[in-house]
Amino acid sequence: MSEALKELGTHIELKRPDCVLGWDVTHGELNVDVALGNIAGFIEFLKTDATCKFSSLVDITAVDYPERAKRFDVVYHFLSMYQNHRIRLRVAVREEDMVPSITDIHPSANWFEREVFDMFGILFSGHPDLRRLLTDYGFRGYPLRKDFPTTGYTEVRYDEVEKRVVYEPVNLVQEYRQFDFMSPWEGAEYILPGDEKTDEKSGAK
Amino acid sequence: MDGSKFDDGSSDALSGEQKIRNFNINFGPQHPAAHGVLRMVLELDGEIVERADPHIGLLHRGTEKLMESRTYLQNLPYFDRLDYVAPMNQEHAWCLAIERLTGVEVPRRASLIRVLYSEIGRILNHLLNVTTQAMDVGALTPPLWGFEEREKLMIFYERACGARLHAAYFRPGGVHQDLPPDLLDDIETWSHEFPTVLDDIDGLLTENRIFKQRNALIGVVTEEEILEYGFSGVMVRGSGLAWDLRRAQPYECYDEFDFEIPIGKNGDCYDRYLVRMEEMRQSLLIIRQAIAKIRDCPGDVLARGKITPPKRGDMKTSMESLIHHFKLYTEGFHVPAGEVYAAVEAPKGEFGVYLVADGTNKPYRAKLRAPGYLHLQAMDHVAKGHQLADVAAIIGTMDIVFGEVDR
Repeated sequence: MSEALKELGTHIELKRPDCVLGWDVTHGELNVDVALGNIAGFIEFLKTDATCKFSSLVDITAVDYPERAKRFDVVYHFLSMYQNHRIRLRVAVREEDMVPSITDIHPSANWFEREVFDMFGILFSGHPDLRRLLTDYGFRGYPLRKDFPTTGYTEVRYDEVEKRVVYEPVNLVQEYRQFDFMSPWEGAEYILPGDEKTDEKSGAK
Repeated sequence: MDGSKFDDGSSDALSGEQKIRNFNINFGPQHPAAHGVLRMVLELDGEIVERADPHIGLLHRGTEKLMESRTYLQNLPYFDRLDYVAPMNQEHAWCLAIERLTGVEVPRRASLIRVLYSEIGRILNHLLNVTTQAMDVGALTPPLWGFEEREKLMIFYERACGARLHAAYFRPGGVHQDLPPDLLDDIETWSHEFPTVLDDIDGLLTENRIFKQRNALIGVVTEEEILEYGFSGVMVRGSGLAWDLRRAQPYECYDEFDFEIPIGKNGDCYDRYLVRMEEMRQSLLIIRQAIAKIRDCPGDVLARGKITPPKRGDMKTSMESLIHHFKLYTEGFHVPAGEVYAAVEAPKGEFGVYLVADGTNKPYRAKLRAPGYLHLQAMDHVAKGHQLADVAAIIGTMDIVFGEVDR
């Protein structure tokens, strides 16, 4: 299986050297890093090329890495029902970048792109109808970004006096419980109260 | 079919004062045929649907966000709550993703039990779908008969894991507990009784004149549309493409089972109904084979190691096991960094999990790819030009459950 995928990876790189930034086969899956500008043309190529024939779009999503300059990875999954193989494309995107929409090539991308816009705030240029999809009407913020709190910012309730649903800032009766279960042997950095001062001192010396 | 002309070719006389505009209605979110909380804005020209705009998200619970702050094991029960009609099939995808990243080999007995319960899930789903779709087009008896069988199946769920719906039975590395001894016998007895019930439902619906009129040549899907709109599962097989992940990209131990993949011919609602009925019969075959194989294969049901709890007996005698147990259920296990996409042939189509792990005890990002999401997306395309009443039939045949669409 992975031999065939390696062959496919080499084939794609040979045919489209300008689009492919790098590729690898891990866990029996083919990953290709693609440059942002060429993504639409590259997906068109994957769909029409006889060896690839990635006819159906499986999924579009994004991953947020706040510490990177190119903050988001937009991830595409494709499947070929004819050649029976899959591919994953990754495109690194800045917060202010526009990603070309692929709704012309795969109409099924419509809702996926709306969802990515809704959840991450990534804009897709050329999308016919870029509205929010899953969140509430009039929702603000992008919930799946790492800097968005899990509790959100507003809560709703039915107001008996006003006889309507009202939005209020979140009021937690109990602190949101986020336990740090990382093992003391691997990973977690515990700084005892007072210890940070010794660091400062040694730094000053 | 655009409604501007009558059957005899004549049309309405228009005077200058008349102004004809399309009529917009809100279908749902409380409509019984919407199968949950779907709000669909329909633009109608007479009775003909011109445009359908589904507004989803009314059941959005932010599962993907919640998953990022919970350990891998704590995330497992969320999968029962996606497609709550066939819960274990969803868990399966999550377990496969974790096992692929950690490289854990599932014991054979657990693998067989998973196949057995995945197929029970498939029957659970198809029973609900076929019968409620029949209810959407006017039949009342099938759901009553179908739900009786669903009840029996849910008792099999309960006897295996203690819960009728929210099972949390498939665990990374196997299944939670071994099956009680007489459960296999009871499932086998049931598998011999069930075809009679299936034949009864068959007798009610298959040659029923009203059912045929409401379903045949409604919601026709061609091969091209399948690719354009990313359909999977029965929506593909109903149109004559023999695409089934169990056969095409076998996972678990499906490659050693003997079953056939039924396909339709016309790609309409009626063919999809026939495919679902036949799939239930094929699932019965798999169930019987799985039972025979499980009987021949005693042994453990969990790959004992870092990601699974120790045996109860060990915990009482070994300090290391006790510590391991405590650490597993508080801190959880760590999954090596990497990304993986694991898909299963859920009853509704391809259900996939895209998991990005960063080496800690919590997933960095998990994306749930639900088949119903893509099917519902194509609603505008498929329902265009149909009568208003056909919309209910199409929603039914697309097999939409909002737990998985909205996540």
